[in-house]
Amino acid sequence: MNNVISLVWLIPVLPLAGFLVCGLLRRHLSKSLTGVIGSGVILASFILSLLIFGQVRQEGFQAVVVRLFDFISVGKLSISFAFQVDPLSALFLLIITGVGFLIHVYSTAYMHEETAPDFARYFAYLNLFVFSMLLLVLGSNYVIMFIGWEGVGLCSYLLIGYWFKNIEYGAAARKAFIMNRIGDLGFLIAIFWMISQFGTTNFIEIFTKAAMPKAVSTGVLTGITLLLFVGATGKSAQIPLYTWLPDAMAGPTPVSALIHAATMVTAGIYMIARSNILYTLAPVTQTVVAVIGLATALLAATIALKQNDIKKVLAYSTVSQLGYMFLGLGVGAYTGAVFHVMTHAFFKALLFLGAGSVIHAMHHEQDIRKMGGLKKHLFWTHLTFLIACLAIAGIPPFAGFFSKDEILSAAYEKNPVYYAVGVFTALLTAFYMFRLYATTFLGKFRGTHEQAHHLHESPSAMVIPLVVLAVLSVVAGFVGIPAAIAPDAHWLGHFLAPVFEGSTRLHPAAEADKKLEWGLMGISVGVAALGMIYAWSRFSRKPDLEEAQGFGKVLADKWYVDELYDAIIVKPINALGRFFNSFVEKSVIDGIVNGVGRLVQYGGRQIRLLQSGLVGGYVLLMVIGILALFLVELFTKK
Amino acid sequence: MIPVLLIVIPLVSGLVGFLIRNEKTARSWSLFAAVVTLFVSLSGLILHKEDAFLSADVAWLPAMGSRFSVALDGMGQVLCLLTAISFPIIFIATWRTPYKNARNFYALMLLSQAGLMGVFLAMDALLFYFFWELALIPVYFLCSIWGGEKRIAASFKFFVYTFLGSIVMLVGILWLYSHTPDHSFSLKSFYALRDKVTGHDQLWLFWLFFIAFAIKMPIFPLHTWQPDAYEQSPTATTMVLSAVMVKMGLLGLLRWLAPVLPLGTWAWGDTVSMFCIIGMIYASLVAMQQDDLKRLVAYSSIAHMGLMCLAVFATTQLGMQGVMIQLFNHGINILGLWIVVELIERQFHTRKMSELGGLAQKAPVLAILLVVVALANVALPLTNAFIGEFLMFSGVYASAVTRYNVVFTVTAGISIILSAVYTLNMIQKVFFGNTNTLTEKAKDLYPNEKFVLIVIVVLIVLIGVYPKPVLDLTKETVDTLLTKMATATK
Repeated sequence: MNNVISLVWLIPVLPLAGFLVCGLLRRHLSKSLTGVIGSGVILASFILSLLIFGQVRQEGFQAVVVRLFDFISVGKLSISFAFQVDPLSALFLLIITGVGFLIHVYSTAYMHEETAPDFARYFAYLNLFVFSMLLLVLGSNYVIMFIGWEGVGLCSYLLIGYWFKNIEYGAAARKAFIMNRIGDLGFLIAIFWMISQFGTTNFIEIFTKAAMPKAVSTGVLTGITLLLFVGATGKSAQIPLYTWLPDAMAGPTPVSALIHAATMVTAGIYMIARSNILYTLAPVTQTVVAVIGLATALLAATIALKQNDIKKVLAYSTVSQLGYMFLGLGVGAYTGAVFHVMTHAFFKALLFLGAGSVIHAMHHEQDIRKMGGLKKHLFWTHLTFLIACLAIAGIPPFAGFFSKDEILSAAYEKNPVYYAVGVFTALLTAFYMFRLYATTFLGKFRGTHEQAHHLHESPSAMVIPLVVLAVLSVVAGFVGIPAAIAPDAHWLGHFLAPVFEGSTRLHPAAEADKKLEWGLMGISVGVAALGMIYAWSRFSRKPDLEEAQGFGKVLADKWYVDELYDAIIVKPINALGRFFNSFVEKSVIDGIVNGVGRLVQYGGRQIRLLQSGLVGGYVLLMVIGILALFLVELFTKK
Repeated sequence: MIPVLLIVIPLVSGLVGFLIRNEKTARSWSLFAAVVTLFVSLSGLILHKEDAFLSADVAWLPAMGSRFSVALDGMGQVLCLLTAISFPIIFIATWRTPYKNARNFYALMLLSQAGLMGVFLAMDALLFYFFWELALIPVYFLCSIWGGEKRIAASFKFFVYTFLGSIVMLVGILWLYSHTPDHSFSLKSFYALRDKVTGHDQLWLFWLFFIAFAIKMPIFPLHTWQPDAYEQSPTATTMVLSAVMVKMGLLGLLRWLAPVLPLGTWAWGDTVSMFCIIGMIYASLVAMQQDDLKRLVAYSSIAHMGLMCLAVFATTQLGMQGVMIQLFNHGINILGLWIVVELIERQFHTRKMSELGGLAQKAPVLAILLVVVALANVALPLTNAFIGEFLMFSGVYASAVTRYNVVFTVTAGISIILSAVYTLNMIQKVFFGNTNTLTEKAKDLYPNEKFVLIVIVVLIVLIGVYPKPVLDLTKETVDTLLTKMATATK
């Protein structure tokens, strides 16, 4: 039965092979061959993931750890290169390879203007990303997870700066890497702490030890989980480390879809869901996670209201949706958070790919104020984009409704204030998404004549992934039907139950009050519909073309957070560095040294009077003398 | 037998090198000698650790109680292998660099290799001191004769620092020697002193040794010779200095200080750790301000060495193993950086990042190889440096000899972020962006440069993915060392 599972190592190794082939042979491969190799390896991984998923689905499946080799082994600490196959990793495998494959196919058309070596470089990076992401979710201990964790950060850096001639893109890439590194430091320290606390980094051992009554103090668990969460705020773009994600939109649009929407940024959610038992045991951290998630969701949504770059709106909406997921994790709705990761992967990838299709048709125009009326020209793009907007707004029966609702009702149980803020954010979400939709697709075309002349639907390699994702955005919600609608119909909940077993045992889910559930659902749907209809009617008639004024300008300028960070962190650090470099290093330390040096020199000059001068000659003679002495002594006195 | 060969081959071939008339022959001769040394060093790895071929012990200066005693333990294997690999890489990488009086240049290089090997192999304090000087003097000449414009000032500063260090160390060695019951310089007799030398004496003796070692590594604030020496020396010499010679300080600390004066080491642990950490942050911040590639690499190296020293003082198995593997990794990675600097300087006659840019378009192979080396410099997982830094940091965190282990880990950890800042800035300024009039005519790598960089990149990835062989090699050294350090702290 475990035959397929023992082949799990092939799932990451195939993309790695794709990376090596595309990367090393980039000058010899034609574009079509690169496309076939790059996408083919991901397809193969996807098929393997499906087979493994089939195994994991079977009744009575137990988590399997596949050990490959000893990675680091020092004293009692033994870190293996090992993979863990269980429902959580199996689900993520499907999302990563499935969405990943679609985006690879889409890229073959989207990146077609690139030269063959650049095209191959792009696919090499993309394959390397999938490899790292798969390591991240497959690792059976925190170190392997961390390898994938930094690996995806690297690929994100390489792909944001893919057009490396552009200096601004390079700056965005560095910002992403460095902000991620700040988070990674938290993650690393958490790992060190776990090593000294538990003597291991293996998930299964740590979770077993932590769950034993009174084995570990709550303070320790709070510390570890908070540090892990610092890591998550970097990777998953939460307050205070979220500002890199909007800038990351400098990368090619399919990259934004795959890395900065569907997969990499959900790594933080995966990490916490994986460590759920630690979080459940540390209620303080849970509160922090919930509050930060909610605050990020709200903050990002307010900024999205006033953005005019199609990708920037989507970027802030990603940050906001990730905030929802953290809210879910913080209130203990682990299934809901993972559910939202899945549905979000579908509809957000769809939104970005749709945006890519629009940008493609508009010849690299990204400002929605210069679009409008695209509905007539881009049939499939428009249709699928609309579906995605409905899904993210939380309109039933589209996928986003189910997952968002699950998080919101769990939030209500924990604290009605969470729910209220969450619903208000949902209102904003519906509003800005339909502002985007209406400004782009409805009304009159506002571009140049030349653009109007060239407007066309994208090639089928781009349209087919859109359609597949649109179908998924419609149906994916049905894997998690809430108990209020149909009892015991939450397939995903059953599937993931073993992963969250420890947490549910500590905090059994309360019996759902059906009336309350229906009421909450009604409110959130009503609010979303309100935002949608208002935005639709307002912006389809009269799009918002002026520069923002007053408070709107504060939102359009992103609450000046970048400027704040620059003033309180970047500038002081640089000033300190300059002070060290130009003053301390040159005057203080060297001054002392040179003083000593002059003293020696002075002494040397006095002594030199006794001699003829050439110090170098004397030293050389001395060396030869010592050498001779040494050799003579060595070989004569046996 | 093998340790003797490791010293004698470079020594004799260096002396012979002075006599060679033809410059091309001198170059080939040195490469040949360095490759032979490499093979000897590799053959040492195959032998069982108890093998008689791994040590030699003959009377040298019997009247003084000093013996020519050399041996290859795990740490010695790692360091000798690093030395043996570095020299062929350096010779191949700088194959096209012309030198005046090339035969003298190459001969001095080989002499310093002999000295380095001796330092790593010596099991007798006087012999250790002798090789310590033998390794330094050729470097002094290399810098002052073949160096850049300000070579005299730089080599003078270098000389003052190391000379002072050596003198105090000699005093320390002689003091200990005079207290050995059998009047011997052997390492064993020195180790036996641990119970004889009082804690009070250890307190001041510690500094006699540590200053010499701290200068070599270097540890803040004794580091200012280094950027100048690196900047002014010919790149081949800078490579020796930074890849191999800085390890003399660590070896001294690990073999001749920590186990000999464990009480002193333990008592000053927090003080030294603090200087290490200040140095890490300070050097990283200064590195961010550099425009000259050589100075950037120099400060980056100061930060990395600070971490290694910090991990030694943490006195944990994890940290020590990290140090052992990093001894090798740091050398390999910095060689990679220097090779890139060297060929940039030769092509464009500048090392200023602000004058470069867009090289990735003109020299894609170079760009890719450099990015891998740079990633190792920021210790990205699956590169060799990650293994070392991960172990060192976990060692510092787990340290039981200090109360400030958490503070140390967190503050030192900031350098992980800063290293990403200056390394990525460097990549950006040199390789990305658009070409300018200077870099327009850039050429990609020559085969010799490509070869050595590929060797380095392969080593980086190989050790990064499968570090077990290196960890196993040094396991025993670490265990012995920790026992020696622990027994006295009780």
